[in-house]
Amino acid sequence: MIEFRQVTKRYDSDHTALAQVNFALNRGELAFLTGHSGAGKSTLLKLIMVMERPTAGEVIVGGQQLNSLPRRQIPYIRRHIGVVFQNHQLLFDRTVFDNVAMPLEVMGASPRDTGRRVRAALDKVGLLSKEKMNPIQLSGGEQQRVGIARAVVNKPPVLLADEPTGNLDPELSADIMNLFTQFSQVGVTVLIATHDIALVNEMQRRTLTLEHGRLVAGGAALVGQPPGGVSGH
Amino acid sequence: MATDPRRKTESGRGAASHSSPWKEQARSYLDHHRKIGRDSAQRLWRAPVASLMTWMVMGVALALPVALLLLLASLEGVSAGWESSARVTAYLDLDVPLEDAQALAKKIDADGRVAEVQLIDREQALEEFRASSGLEDALDYLGENPLPHTLLITPEERSRSAAGVEALVTFVKGMEGVERVQVDLGWLQRLNAMTDLLSRAVWALAILLAAAVILVIGNTVRLAIESRRDEILVAKLVGGTDAFVRRPFLYTGAWYGLGGGLVACLLLESALWWLSGPIERLAGLYRSDFSLMGLGMDGALTLIIVAMVLGWLGAWVAVKRHLDDIEPGEIAGG
Repeated sequence: MIEFRQVTKRYDSDHTALAQVNFALNRGELAFLTGHSGAGKSTLLKLIMVMERPTAGEVIVGGQQLNSLPRRQIPYIRRHIGVVFQNHQLLFDRTVFDNVAMPLEVMGASPRDTGRRVRAALDKVGLLSKEKMNPIQLSGGEQQRVGIARAVVNKPPVLLADEPTGNLDPELSADIMNLFTQFSQVGVTVLIATHDIALVNEMQRRTLTLEHGRLVAGGAALVGQPPGGVSGH
Repeated sequence: MATDPRRKTESGRGAASHSSPWKEQARSYLDHHRKIGRDSAQRLWRAPVASLMTWMVMGVALALPVALLLLLASLEGVSAGWESSARVTAYLDLDVPLEDAQALAKKIDADGRVAEVQLIDREQALEEFRASSGLEDALDYLGENPLPHTLLITPEERSRSAAGVEALVTFVKGMEGVERVQVDLGWLQRLNAMTDLLSRAVWALAILLAAAVILVIGNTVRLAIESRRDEILVAKLVGGTDAFVRRPFLYTGAWYGLGGGLVACLLLESALWWLSGPIERLAGLYRSDFSLMGLGMDGALTLIIVAMVLGWLGAWVAVKRHLDDIEPGEIAGG
């Protein structure tokens, strides 16, 4: 579902964010992305979301080669990638429902369809009763779950999460990890960037470790291997 | 093969709910437009003072050139009325006998540009002058008739323009026995020249003010873009196309235009109402049926549509300049 082939990303100032990164994630695979601050985690996620383009190498998402993707095609790629942000990126000028509905709105889904799917997503994260509230009235954990509902509302085949448990206590973190596991079980490819080592160790999943832009562990699984068949370390 | 990633993943995951028929797609597209249109109008409504000020600025900027254009159109109406009654008067030499004058009249009448020639012989002219001037005694004292034969030439319809009349004058002047040709069109030509000049100046002004309107709306929309930055970021992150992100702002621009156009119409109508009394009195003193033209229904509609297009253009400028700058950048901490 996600494949990096010899991907290098260099910024203007001779700063190499990623160097010859190789890995592949299959459909339904759940993996962690770890590394110290500045190791290139965010660059890697940005390459998948086409917020950045690689300096060299190939990024392939869902069979689509992203290097040569014209700018106007980018939105259509992003509709297939759900993203959960550390700072939630929720809009406080509208209800929880309207926040979650945004990915459907940009796709031009009908109101009936939208209502059904938004409620299904909110139900999944256990916030159905709060759809009419403003996200600002919710706790941090609840806001994070609204963000997750928004990321999965249009059933994307890929789900990226950036420090999804960053500000949450262990119990809430476990809840959220549980949600991610469920998504991977229905075929969603999940990639979670985190530096919560305890969590990573507890989950016992494949872990991609970046160090100064190089992938030092968990890389290069062969395409076509069964999901979940590879684990890190 | 898989140029459309949507289709590929759909078939891959069997999400049948995506593939709505085109009719439903079109309806939801229109619904979306309606929603965005309503939403952006409501946003303006929620900040009434700011919106009203923008409308006023736009209204004044639009009303000024339109008022001048209306004035010009009214003036052109005046000169058109006079041109239709344009007549060329040819005074013959004093020693031309009546028969020669009649022959000359026939000759001129035969020209294609001339509709009618009327000969006023000198005796008849003297009678008329005697009757109307009240200078009987003075004329008697002269002993001799000082008036020449006169030809009153009415041009053909198509030659009643300033240029046409001028050509006719040259033609008549060239005839033998014609001493002097007079057209009382001098002031009309001056008026025409003046309205020509004015109309150019007004159009230049109109273009400048239209540019000003575009810039004002552009700036206003730029502020709107800034204040909705987060929303734009999220929309781009979840796969909103450029058109989707632009749409609310373009509607905002068009609504500003609508308001500005309405204000301009209102200003023009009230100015007209305020001026109509004095103008009628002035025109009455000049025995003219001059009146200031109003906008009329069509004019008002055109003005409003033009204003909306200008607003839309202004929004487009702002959107082009500033929306591309807002790209999701920071998503991860490391």
